[in-house]
Amino acid sequence: MTQIHVTTRINGDATEFLCEAEETLLDVLRDRLGLTGTKEGCGTGDCGACSVLVDGRLVCSCLMLGAEAEGREVSTIEGMANGDRLHPLQQKFIEKAALQCGICTPGILMAAKSLLEHNPDPSEEEVRYWLAGNLCRCTGYDKIIRAVMETAADLRRAS
Amino acid sequence: MALDQSSKTRVFKVVGTRPDRPDGIDKVTGRARFGADVVAPGMLTGRILRSPHAHARIIGIDTSKAEALAGVKAVVTRADFGDAPDHVADILDNCMAGAKALYDGHAVAAVAAVSAAVARKALRLIEVDYEVLASVTDVDAAMQPGAPLLHEGRQQETVPHGMSGNVMSRVEFGHGDIEAGLKQADRVLSRTYRTAATHQGYIEPHACLATMGPDGKGDLWVCTQGHYMVRNTCAAILGLEQGQLRVTASEIGGGFGGKTTVFLEPVALMLSKKAGRPVKLVMSRSEVLRATGPTSSTSIDVKIGMKKDGRITAAFAELRYQGGAYPGSPVDMGSMSAFAPYDLENVKTVGWDVVTNRPKAAAYRAPGAPMAAYAVESAIDELAKGFDLDPLEVRLMNGADEGTLASYGPTYPAIGLKATLKAAKAHPHWTAPLGKNQGRGVACGFWFNFGGDTCVSLNVTPDGTVTVSEGNPDIGGSRASMTMMAAEELGIPYDQVRTIIADTGSLGQNDVTDGSRVTFAVGLATIEAARAAKREMCKRAAMIWGIDAEAVEWVDGAACPAGPNAGKFPPMTLKEIAAIASNTGGPVAGHCEVMAEGAGVSFATHMVDVEVDPETGATKILRYTVFQDAGKAVHPSYVEGQFQGGAVQGIGWALNEEYIHDKDGILQNPGFLDYRIPVASDLPMIDTVILEIPNPGHPYGVRGVGETSIVPPLAAVCNAVSAAAGVRLTQLPMSPPRVLAAIQAGG
Repeated sequence: MTQIHVTTRINGDATEFLCEAEETLLDVLRDRLGLTGTKEGCGTGDCGACSVLVDGRLVCSCLMLGAEAEGREVSTIEGMANGDRLHPLQQKFIEKAALQCGICTPGILMAAKSLLEHNPDPSEEEVRYWLAGNLCRCTGYDKIIRAVMETAADLRRAS
Repeated sequence: MALDQSSKTRVFKVVGTRPDRPDGIDKVTGRARFGADVVAPGMLTGRILRSPHAHARIIGIDTSKAEALAGVKAVVTRADFGDAPDHVADILDNCMAGAKALYDGHAVAAVAAVSAAVARKALRLIEVDYEVLASVTDVDAAMQPGAPLLHEGRQQETVPHGMSGNVMSRVEFGHGDIEAGLKQADRVLSRTYRTAATHQGYIEPHACLATMGPDGKGDLWVCTQGHYMVRNTCAAILGLEQGQLRVTASEIGGGFGGKTTVFLEPVALMLSKKAGRPVKLVMSRSEVLRATGPTSSTSIDVKIGMKKDGRITAAFAELRYQGGAYPGSPVDMGSMSAFAPYDLENVKTVGWDVVTNRPKAAAYRAPGAPMAAYAVESAIDELAKGFDLDPLEVRLMNGADEGTLASYGPTYPAIGLKATLKAAKAHPHWTAPLGKNQGRGVACGFWFNFGGDTCVSLNVTPDGTVTVSEGNPDIGGSRASMTMMAAEELGIPYDQVRTIIADTGSLGQNDVTDGSRVTFAVGLATIEAARAAKREMCKRAAMIWGIDAEAVEWVDGAACPAGPNAGKFPPMTLKEIAAIASNTGGPVAGHCEVMAEGAGVSFATHMVDVEVDPETGATKILRYTVFQDAGKAVHPSYVEGQFQGGAVQGIGWALNEEYIHDKDGILQNPGFLDYRIPVASDLPMIDTVILEIPNPGHPYGVRGVGETSIVPPLAAVCNAVSAAAGVRLTQLPMSPPRVLAAIQAGG
């Protein structure tokens, strides 16, 4: 049983870890690096709770191997705020009650951040389709969609 | 606790506003710790072996090879557990099968090992000798004479002789004379409706971390709706003293009733005891779907007589609910709630509790009520349309009000059903134009709301801030509600109160977070605890001033002389009293231990527009509006959130969600790809209208709001789809193939 040595950057920090060949990036983040903000809801890429950005691309970390993080830049929910300054999406989600239990929230925030980086002025339909891979069982999505659209509008006004 | 008379006219300062929730930052930064997010020194990983058969006798289990595998620290089967007391015997059997595996996914053994990989390998080394038996998963088939039997000798005396041994019990509710009522009707409609089993679908799988010593002392970290229930249940199963098992609730990633019992916890404790090390057990999604939840599938006959003017002359329903492998489907609550929105002279429901080879049903948001409401509200809609009557008017004409004798026994105090119907009728949604292939549906729903055992401890710190300790996991923002009610009562700002969820060692018994009880019951206890603290602070001020405590009252966050006769003293604020607490008798606190009663029933009316594609049978939800009575909305954003979330779960139940078993009883869709819950692109915004008819049993008038919102949508969507498709649908889910077949058969 030989473990693989991986050198990567996570939320801007140089990071090294050892992992088994079959270990997912999600398992590495949660069990080896203590970054438990990324959640496992299904392990099969159907719920989006484990969404992270890898080199700026939105991925389900349960569908990627830890070893594949070699040389990549990984962003997780723990890196979304800047010190004690919340990202505008994080702030808006609290203000607009866009979470109830909060288990899907890290994945949805990562997905929404990725959306706004791709499309600063999304229509409601575009937000709904972009987030269609992120399941939320509590909210019925209404307040999530509103929070994302309002954040987009705030960011457009600020830029 | 009765409604404060002043609450009717009171201007609230905190209650009714929309502050940021206190756990918000934890939950948007990934800092909040859920069930699977903790580790303990020396921790082992547990895994559970599950039956691949829907029904099988367990002849023997050979664990020797697994035990011999390097890195395996404990293997547990049912043989490790003694006989459990009767009240938890089925729960134990559901956590770890005894003589028989009763459903696909039933736990038969468990291991704890140094890694997940070793644990998985160990499971493959456990040899189980099964004698596979015939199985049954359909409720009507299970009631047939000759159906495969799950249990022997467990049928209650309420079941007539000669019925299948799978029928566990019978319930009956109602009053009046059904036959006489039906004779007065201009039309009698008889229909049979069917609903599929659905899962609560919380995104967080069950998880726990158990530490159990040989001295009978244990600690458990667990994702649950009620850690006191977990303590009591595990203690009974394992023969522990309740006081020696400390349970701490993690943050909870959704429950909807599905986390009101135990599945993993006794097994984790037993593994930890055998291994002598902490053990973490986390379910996979397929384990969640195969072995937890779900709710009942049902088959319901409805017979309703109506006069041409819309008056219901008699209403009867016979409800058959399968509750999975053990007795206890929610057919009793379905039978009680079926006609609860109506004021009926002649009404009767009969319910049958049936066992099948499926996972044991767990509570699911208003357990039992959505299916019953689906059947009844579909029938009323069809009758109203047959007479060309306005379905809202028909419901208003027959609707329950203050003083109505409910079909399930009690006489209602002030209730909000008619307020929701009138609001629906006055709303622009009701008269908005519809296009081709579009239809509109309405339906009403009811939920009892629970109270129950509740403890709150409120402490004033030396700097004059306040902590509230309560014992109910915060499943959707309840810390905010408790903080608001404490701040309101004490007259201090919201941000000077912090509410925490205490472990089982810190407070007395607290019932589970269920029945929409928390904002009502814990809120009531929080208010009472704050009042006790205020009385104490008035006493301290009186001591300083040298006057009677009765001559001091609490106004706007400060003790003040009550009237001119009490003397002239400047108000003493909470902060000032806190600062001198040590010199006036010691720390200031208030607490409340109560069996909360007077929860106040809840009603809603839902309205939905759909478009049905006549070529595919696919349904699109176009517009949705919820009208519900909240009594008093403490934090309106989270009240709206409950309305919206319940409506969307109901939409999923109506259109997509269903447990699919093959002929051998094996679940075919144990994953979110094939068990499809609604996603963002399926839905429009969900509009909400909050009505506030104060609950006479709460100081501020609060009613629970969590569950009623899932009761109307099944029928509301069905009535809309039936209108759009031009054919009456009577079976859920209304998947595209089923709707298409109905259109083709009807056309």
